Amino acid sequence: MSLQTIPLHSFDAGAQAALNNPQVRRNFRQAMDGLMSKRAAAFADWELEPLRELGAAIRLRALARLPELLEQLEANLQKQGVQVHWAQTGEEACQIIRDICQARGAKSVIKGKSMVSEEMELNHFLEAAGIEALESDLGEYIVQLAEETPSHIIMPAIHKNTDEISQLLHEKTGTEPSHDVDYLTASARQQLREKFMTADVGISGVNFAVAETGTLCLVENEGNGRLTTSVPACHIAVTGIEKVIEKLEDVTPLLALLTRSATGQHITTYFNMVSAPRQADEKDGPEAVHLVLVDSGRSAIYQDEALLDTLRCIRCGACMNHCPVYTRIGGHAYGTTYPGPIGKILMPHLLGLEATQDLPSASTLCGACAEVCPVKIPIPRLLQRLRKEAVDGDSLRPSRVRGHGVKRHWRERLIWSVWRQIHARPRAYRWAGNLLTRLRGLMPKQLGGWTRVRTLPKPAARTLHQLMQTRDAQTKTAQEPRA
Amino acid sequence: MNQARAAILQRLRQGRPADFAVPESDFTVVRQRNWSLEERIERFQQKIESVQGQVHRVAEDHWIPVLIRLLAEHQINNLLLSENKAPAQALREQWHEDLPSLLSYQQPLEAWKETLFNQVDAALTSCRGGIAETGSLILWPDADEPRLMSLVPPVHFVLLQAKQIYATFDEVLREQAWVEQGLPTNALLISGPSKTADIEQTLAYGVHGPKALIVLLLE
Amino acid sequence: MSQALPPTPPTQVIFYATCLVDLYFPDAGLAGIQLLERQGIQVIFPQNQTCCGQPAYSSGFNDQAREVVLAQLEALAGDCPIVLPSGSCAAMMKHHYPELFAGTPQAQAIQALADRVWELSDFLLRVCQIQLQDQGQPIKVAMHTSCSARREMGLAETGPQLLDQLSQVERVEQARASECCGFGGRFSLRHADISAAMVADKAQALKAAGAERFVTTDCGCMMNIAGYTEKQGLGLPGQHLLSFLWERLNAEGQAPEEVGGRS
Ligand code: SF4
Repeated sequence: MSLQTIPLHSFDAGAQAALNNPQVRRNFRQAMDGLMSKRAAAFADWELEPLRELGAAIRLRALARLPELLEQLEANLQKQGVQVHWAQTGEEACQIIRDICQARGAKSVIKGKSMVSEEMELNHFLEAAGIEALESDLGEYIVQLAEETPSHIIMPAIHKNTDEISQLLHEKTGTEPSHDVDYLTASARQQLREKFMTADVGISGVNFAVAETGTLCLVENEGNGRLTTSVPACHIAVTGIEKVIEKLEDVTPLLALLTRSATGQHITTYFNMVSAPRQADEKDGPEAVHLVLVDSGRSAIYQDEALLDTLRCIRCGACMNHCPVYTRIGGHAYGTTYPGPIGKILMPHLLGLEATQDLPSASTLCGACAEVCPVKIPIPRLLQRLRKEAVDGDSLRPSRVRGHGVKRHWRERLIWSVWRQIHARPRAYRWAGNLLTRLRGLMPKQLGGWTRVRTLPKPAARTLHQLMQTRDAQTKTAQEPRA
Repeated sequence: MNQARAAILQRLRQGRPADFAVPESDFTVVRQRNWSLEERIERFQQKIESVQGQVHRVAEDHWIPVLIRLLAEHQINNLLLSENKAPAQALREQWHEDLPSLLSYQQPLEAWKETLFNQVDAALTSCRGGIAETGSLILWPDADEPRLMSLVPPVHFVLLQAKQIYATFDEVLREQAWVEQGLPTNALLISGPSKTADIEQTLAYGVHGPKALIVLLLE
Repeated sequence: MSQALPPTPPTQVIFYATCLVDLYFPDAGLAGIQLLERQGIQVIFPQNQTCCGQPAYSSGFNDQAREVVLAQLEALAGDCPIVLPSGSCAAMMKHHYPELFAGTPQAQAIQALADRVWELSDFLLRVCQIQLQDQGQPIKVAMHTSCSARREMGLAETGPQLLDQLSQVERVEQARASECCGFGGRFSLRHADISAAMVADKAQALKAAGAERFVTTDCGCMMNIAGYTEKQGLGLPGQHLLSFLWERLNAEGQAPEEVGGRS
């Protein structure tokens, strides 16, 4: 059932596999239905629009001063004893982290949830360097045991049901098979506690990095994030450069939006704010704290006023929870670190359009994502933009996304130029319409995937143009208006 | 590394769209709560109980007997608590032999990690207040009440002064002047016991942190 | 979100058919025209209209879309409101035209055009304040509001409010009413299997709600869902909302085309 072997570019194969797997479809449908109703309930007594406006404004304000805020964040963190590193690529970030680990003679790393580390495949990199990297978020732990990748950015193991997880834990850790979620959870807790006590380094992500105070904020429910940032002697936080926000007061609205949008919680169990390593008189906490700021394509997105909206994202996952396509095919089908709507608008920048050319078209542009996005990212508009980039379809606005024009085939161009010839000339259009009505009996009965499940509509006997021409001629003679 | 820094910052500076329009940040929607003290208390209690937190409203001078009763109910054999804070001192003074033994976080974590992880049943900490809107407790761990007290033992007791329940986190930041005085090494909002829904969306408590969070609300 | 009402109800409108209504569902267009005329509004049908340009635009071919839009700009010249029997094409004109032409010499003219655009059921309900007297037999009907009508045009309540004026019509609500039916233009061909999974769920939800018929303001959704129900033999035909309303106002079984010819 595992889909992780599907290569990056094969969205179709991934989608096909998922659609043919009733278990996956049931798991996602149920999970997404639950998440949607929880979100709706969580915002029930809020004025949601002003809150989303505020969320969007905060993120835009941060992006407007991104380089300055990154410098401010760095200066404040350094003053407080946190070491700050910059990486242009995921690989550079991996190297930085490996070097920190090796300098400490670290053999094992415990990880809190971090999508950026997934993005750069940090675990594999560290393992190749002889450093064991263990995920500690329960969902990530399950996915790691199954040798898969997360299928959702908030709930990594959402594609599995209790049965499957029980079986997996049994096979990999010897846990007795059980349907009792408390039992399974307790068993995982036991396994991981040992690791927390012995791990040399803790690696976490960051939800918000507050420039004004030099504070790394982590949002979580389990407590594994707090253990990761508190128990090992060294904590390395890794995050994309866009996660910075200007002020501490910006946290309240963003947090209110994040947890409610993600899982319908009014807040998560822990909101963990890390500003410094252990001080001389303190008795726990890491003696060394590092922040690795990763660019990995983000500064390229920043070059374009419209595309830049992508960087507002606070990774709540609401867009995928509400996406009718994601709900049908699940996260693995996308073959990318970030699935769903956010993945479709982000991954083309991180990987280039060659590798992701099927993503922008895999949407009906229904707008459910943008409707719920807590920071009001106009996702359909960005998809539209990427479609345009994929075919270099706008001579007034040059394409700039890596790999643009990859879908500009001669056949596509021919179709649209014929289409334009007809529709830009009213007479040609009317002529074609008349022709269609006359050929209505000769229409093909099959049309690719359409007719596999549907009938094909028949052209009308007379177009509305024709009907109205007749009618207008008639009404010219009969003047009296009808009541 | 410095090269990466320079390159990233340069790309951002050069690429920044010229007329970057930023709308006003209107915070009205997260402010203007105007809840009375009683409303704040009720809301706090309702929110934290909705995520399995427990709240016991007790008179300020009566919390120790209540705690003793709760320790017995939870079959707790030892309790980790502060050495220096006033309530902890008061408790130590009133303690006697037959009650669970009292522990303190005297040495650095490394010196007693095994014990802390495997043998401590419960911890009692103070806090800097609560938040009504989200049912949260505000903790600033320090040398006397280190971070792991509120995380590693399976049961976490917290003393909360009712009059320190604020409406929102935003209000806390302003009234306690966090930015002005600077943040501690680690600051926390804790809203309920540790939990997960990673197995088929079924809630399970106590996954990595405490299974029970018990608030003694002092009035 | 809803469009500001004109100070005085207009006496004249331009009817923009949209290519799907023009070529496949002209009865819906005629029904719309007659509903307007019933309100005493004079309807102009410019013979030079073609397609709003959405097919090319949503495929990323902006250059081709722009040329077609310019032809519409010419065909739709004037001051009076432009009404469309489609939420999706109305949204294209209202919201996407200005984006497509931002920074071009035609930007202003395009914006003026966009400002005149109305989705027809919204126009009938709010501008004309239409009152519908139901002449039909009792029937259970479900409304499928298209995603563009719902989210881009903000018309989630419009269709239901019109249907609720009909005394013999019991409006049933399907589960997950706001979920997309899976049409999405070329999406239904390019990602046919995903689209098929979506339309199957939509059709089943409509059926499960007990609907005998579903109505919608968008022909794309209608082709998709009704094509599915027909092929699967679900016995759940679809109809354009305007055709349905017109039918209810007149003795059942009387086709709008015949009624139209009577004036
Ligand atoms: S795009 Fe919006 S909805 Fe999707 S994950 Fe990001 S913030 Fe959440």
